[in-house]
Amino acid sequence: MSIQSESSALEPEGIGGSTLPKPPIGEDLFIASQEEERISIASNWTLVWWRFRKNKLAVVSTFVLLFLALVVLIPGFFATHDPEQTDARLAFIPIQEIHWIDEGGLKPWVPGVVGKRDPVTLKMVWTTDESQKIHVRFLAPGFEYSVLGLVDTNIHLIGAVDPERADLVYLLGTDRLGRDQWSRLAFATRISMTIGMISVILSVVLGLVLGGISGYFGGWPDMFIQRLIELLQSLPTIPIWLALTAALPRTWSPEKVFFAITIILALRGWTTLAREVRGKFLSLREEDFVLAADLAGCSRSRIILVHMIPTFTSHIIATSTLAIPVMIVTETSLSFLGLGMRPPAISWGVMLQEAQNIQTLALAPWLLIPGLVVILAVLAFNLVGDGLRDAADPYSH
Amino acid sequence: MLRYILQRILLIPVLLFFFSVMVFALIQAPPGDYLTSYIATLASSGSSLDKAEIAALERQFGLDQPVHIQYFRWAQNLLRGNLGLSLEYQRPNGELISERLGLTLVLALAAFVFTWIVAVPLGIYSATHRNTLMDYLTTVLNYIGVATPNFMLALILMWWAYSQFDVSITGLFSREFEQAPWSFAKVVDLAKHIWLPMIVIGIAGTARLTRVMRANLLDELNKPYMIAGRARGLSEWQLIMKYPVRMAINPLASTIGWYLPELFSGSLIVATVMNLQNIGPLLLRSLINQDMYLAGGILMIYCLLAIIGTLLSDILLAWLDPRIRMEKA
Repeated sequence: MSIQSESSALEPEGIGGSTLPKPPIGEDLFIASQEEERISIASNWTLVWWRFRKNKLAVVSTFVLLFLALVVLIPGFFATHDPEQTDARLAFIPIQEIHWIDEGGLKPWVPGVVGKRDPVTLKMVWTTDESQKIHVRFLAPGFEYSVLGLVDTNIHLIGAVDPERADLVYLLGTDRLGRDQWSRLAFATRISMTIGMISVILSVVLGLVLGGISGYFGGWPDMFIQRLIELLQSLPTIPIWLALTAALPRTWSPEKVFFAITIILALRGWTTLAREVRGKFLSLREEDFVLAADLAGCSRSRIILVHMIPTFTSHIIATSTLAIPVMIVTETSLSFLGLGMRPPAISWGVMLQEAQNIQTLALAPWLLIPGLVVILAVLAFNLVGDGLRDAADPYSH
Repeated sequence: MLRYILQRILLIPVLLFFFSVMVFALIQAPPGDYLTSYIATLASSGSSLDKAEIAALERQFGLDQPVHIQYFRWAQNLLRGNLGLSLEYQRPNGELISERLGLTLVLALAAFVFTWIVAVPLGIYSATHRNTLMDYLTTVLNYIGVATPNFMLALILMWWAYSQFDVSITGLFSREFEQAPWSFAKVVDLAKHIWLPMIVIGIAGTARLTRVMRANLLDELNKPYMIAGRARGLSEWQLIMKYPVRMAINPLASTIGWYLPELFSGSLIVATVMNLQNIGPLLLRSLINQDMYLAGGILMIYCLLAIIGTLLSDILLAWLDPRIRMEKA
């Protein structure tokens, strides 16, 4: 339930944002029926869209997600450094804030950093120095990367104007090994988001198939699948996930671990959706249009795929959108504990491993930034999912 | 009612059987077995075993037997309360677990009570003061509460307390009580430390429950019986407390079934971050060190807690809602 979505959905004057001039008395009826006509001939998806766009928070969150999707597709464009490039001397460089104005015009720059050796611990301590200005510009050249494996380019979102000083720009600071957080964050976004999405896609496929079998055929398959769901849902999730990921061989490549984790997450994820799909099938089975299709000689698979599933596609999309953040948080937690994705793979959880020590954190609070990105992503998915769920049933109130 | 509860109780051994098979498969999954790790542990400490001793140990653990026999041995020992010996601690697993089980329960229940004490009044306030500043504030906080992984919240609070006040807010006891036997003073000390982990663990659930409570109550507030009540001159407070709140709380009770088990296992990550001595960090350590019989024992305890949590909520729901009671009886 979100702030906007409570206003009942289909007051005619609200549709499409068009406000009608107040009609003279007597024409009410005509105008109303015109509006009703507009609604009654609109397709299901149009209605869902009309209702969804009234939820401003959900619309804003959609843009956040689109931006994250862009990062997932071309992390190299956003990165300013090679995410694996380490230099222990450059450890714990603080955040360099971008200043937009210089010399009376729009000329963005970041302060330079100065390192001093601590006389006691002999460690380098870095601070920003506002008097040194490193000018940056958008679409600056940098290291080579490939866009979706198609084109190679060296254009990055942001970079130093002077290529000599490109190595001095660390927008979100560096970690214990002197790796650039901003660039690592871009690549971590790719892995964490895709883990969430792939495991949800797996869950949807499993949920549709098993929930469909359960609801459409009934009988002993239904019995069996329902008991299986109950069993899986009463498992203590986090301990079992931990044990499962701990059982993955240490020698596996990051890609293998990646897919193993998506499967582990999907193993329980499908149960919620299967229940919903089963309920839908149970009620739809009795509907006249299904009987009509049956009498007209449609095959079973045609009835299911063409006549039944389209009636609740919007529900499936809403439910899966709400499932993605759960997967993301789980992956982050597992990786944070050292049992999910492992270095050299970079995910939000792997990055947060650097923030486990409280003394380190006091020294370098910017190590918590990946966590804030997790919160932002989860928030956006939840808001969009809620908006979709409220919009999914355009005829209800 | 009695029959309904009996049915649920009879289901427990069946569930436990399936879970134990699953857990056994999990502890067998990593390469190598208990004995190889044991020999490795011994070798690292300087002593070694000859072939005859190894064969004797193999027989003792039943490692020369086929897998299903091994499973039955393990399950039999579980039923007798024998959880094996920990490799790392060289102490019986049962002892290690029972030392920490109490704190696991106390922490989860504290978080549970916190959730309900905060969520229900907040939900009622939010629904009855709809579209006011406080309502918006609650809604925003709820969204953020749901979106924040609890270990993240723990990290932020720990960092804040450390950098602002130079205090470390980890652990459940002051240093002088950590190893001390239980006493009244130790309980007081626990109460002084438990509130923060309690909030951290309970906050996401609180946010979710507040939302559910608010939505449920909003649905009820439009019902005709509200108008009828007002027409009869009931005060607003009496009216709301007596009818719609009771209706709205009912679906909330059904969430206990998954919420309580989630609290038991969900505290695992927070416990690791905040160094709370419950069974969570113990499980993590045992998994990382491949101390598999200890891990298996803890996993079985988590399964049992999950089952008990679900059972409790089923009973509570049947007791609260006569419709369920009648239908199932």
